[in-house]
Amino acid sequence: MKGILKLAYKLLVNDRAKFTALLVGITFAVFLMMFVTSMFIGVLNHSSSTVINIGASIWVMDPAVQTISNSIGMPDYVLDAVRSMQGVKYAVPLYSGGALVKLPDGTYQSVTVLGLDDNSLFGRPQLIQGKIEDIYAENGFIVVDDSEFSKLENPHIGSEFELNDNRGVVVGIAKVSTAGLFGIPTLYTTYERAIQYIPNPRYTISYVLVEPKALSDIQQIKQQVSALGYLAVTKQEFMQRTTKFYVFETGVGTNILIMTVISFIVGLSISAQTFYTFILENLERFGALKAIGTKSSELVGMILFQAGFTALTGYGLGVGLCTLLIWLAKARLPSYAAMLTYTNLLLAFGMVLVITAISSYVGIRRVLQIEPFDIFRG
Amino acid sequence: MPNVAISAKGLSKWFGEGEAKTVALRDVNLEAMFGEMVYIIGPSGSGKTTLLSVLSGILKPNSGTVSVEGVDIWKLDADKLAEFRLNKIGFVFQDFHLFPRLNTGENVAIPLILRKKDWNESIQEAAKYLDIVGLKGRADLPPVKLSGGEQQRVAIARAMIGQPDILIMDEPTASLDGDTGQSIVRFVKEKILNSSRCIVVVTHDDRINEFASRILKMEDGRLTGIEGRAA
Repeated sequence: MKGILKLAYKLLVNDRAKFTALLVGITFAVFLMMFVTSMFIGVLNHSSSTVINIGASIWVMDPAVQTISNSIGMPDYVLDAVRSMQGVKYAVPLYSGGALVKLPDGTYQSVTVLGLDDNSLFGRPQLIQGKIEDIYAENGFIVVDDSEFSKLENPHIGSEFELNDNRGVVVGIAKVSTAGLFGIPTLYTTYERAIQYIPNPRYTISYVLVEPKALSDIQQIKQQVSALGYLAVTKQEFMQRTTKFYVFETGVGTNILIMTVISFIVGLSISAQTFYTFILENLERFGALKAIGTKSSELVGMILFQAGFTALTGYGLGVGLCTLLIWLAKARLPSYAAMLTYTNLLLAFGMVLVITAISSYVGIRRVLQIEPFDIFRG
Repeated sequence: MPNVAISAKGLSKWFGEGEAKTVALRDVNLEAMFGEMVYIIGPSGSGKTTLLSVLSGILKPNSGTVSVEGVDIWKLDADKLAEFRLNKIGFVFQDFHLFPRLNTGENVAIPLILRKKDWNESIQEAAKYLDIVGLKGRADLPPVKLSGGEQQRVAIARAMIGQPDILIMDEPTASLDGDTGQSIVRFVKEKILNSSRCIVVVTHDDRINEFASRILKMEDGRLTGIEGRAA
């Protein structure tokens, strides 16, 4: 079979025009599928940035909360109740809210303010400048150095701003693993300062962050929180909840699905049609091979190899091109929302397999139909 | 090895049914011996190509038997028949059917490659056969760079590389000018035909009749005459 496959390989790649057209078709399809899905996954990942950055195991919230940015305040007794629940190692409050800051040049900028538990500072970011204990200093805020950093006029330690007529001072500059989705700078401060500086409704605790004593305690914590009328979810579940919201309750999911299907159809039509033309042009030769003594199974093997080789090469090129483009984009925009994951690699691979199967099926059907007698008849 | 290379008895073949039925072969009986170069001649539509296809195991007859070297080929299953053709029969097609994307050497080597012989050994063997048909040093050229006569020689080398006992040639001079056609058939008779090989040729070209051992005439699906010639 090795020699026959080499024969199939040579018949394929020596027809450079057709081989190039096939590769372009599949590469383009893979690139589009990968790019669209990686953008989608990137957007979803960024939409859960606070959940990832804070890193709590369990999040307690109002059941109506769908994404982290739309928190609903909970009364203080929820925190006390959770702390007293069985299986809870510790529980701390988190404030998450939006505010407007007035910059030194007089302009206003929207920011996300995260108020960390005053005692533990649980969920604090990794500082690249300054000391974490300075967050307790008067008016102390930590600013995150991400792609939105410049919107705060590239502050440094000691920089000042106004927040609801309160003075704010930058005491540290931090980095986080995942940047936010909405292009808004993030400030960290203490919980008490956050609720003091930012106008709030009656209830101020956005989330209660819980650490269970053991993984096996998670279920009973969930049940106890549920009995209280609130919702407890793990970090992973909160991210899935956010994903679900964006996929099913905004137009993002549908649009991504349409784009993926379109790229699949474009790739399929280019590849299947070019491959079919390739088979048609070689039909008489396949017939001659059949007359000489090639078995049908060997002809099928040749066509599958040709289609498979083209698909895998196109897949590699498509993935490479997509990776290169995302890498270039991230070099310019560090928080660029695109991520290559095993999921979208597998999705694109699956679609390439479908394209290969359909293209081969069309070719195999045509080749098996040809009668060697037709070669004699001319 | 039996002296009879091909034996066909009571061959009938028709296409279509009812009013569209076309009878291509009507009770054809023939024998071709080893050491013979047998021509099948006749007007267009007389059934020559159908007979050639039936004899070579490419087209199944509606009735009758074909025995090649004592094997009733139409009793073999599809894969066994393909294997039989690959090992026993060499084909030279009217339009050569060379692969334009393979070089000349690779084209010639195809039957050995199909027999799963090592690629490089097959190519080396092909170079020897190109030498035999007078195309030494042309192995790396694509077929389109060769003249019609040279392409026919490549097709002959491809048919011969597996050393088949039976050589089937369909209109071998149809795409060639008179002189080239004659030189090709002379070459086949002098260099390829031997006592353990049988060559069956379908042709319209009476300028090459002088090379035939026997000429079978066909008309309306029947063998209507046999003209013997010195081998």
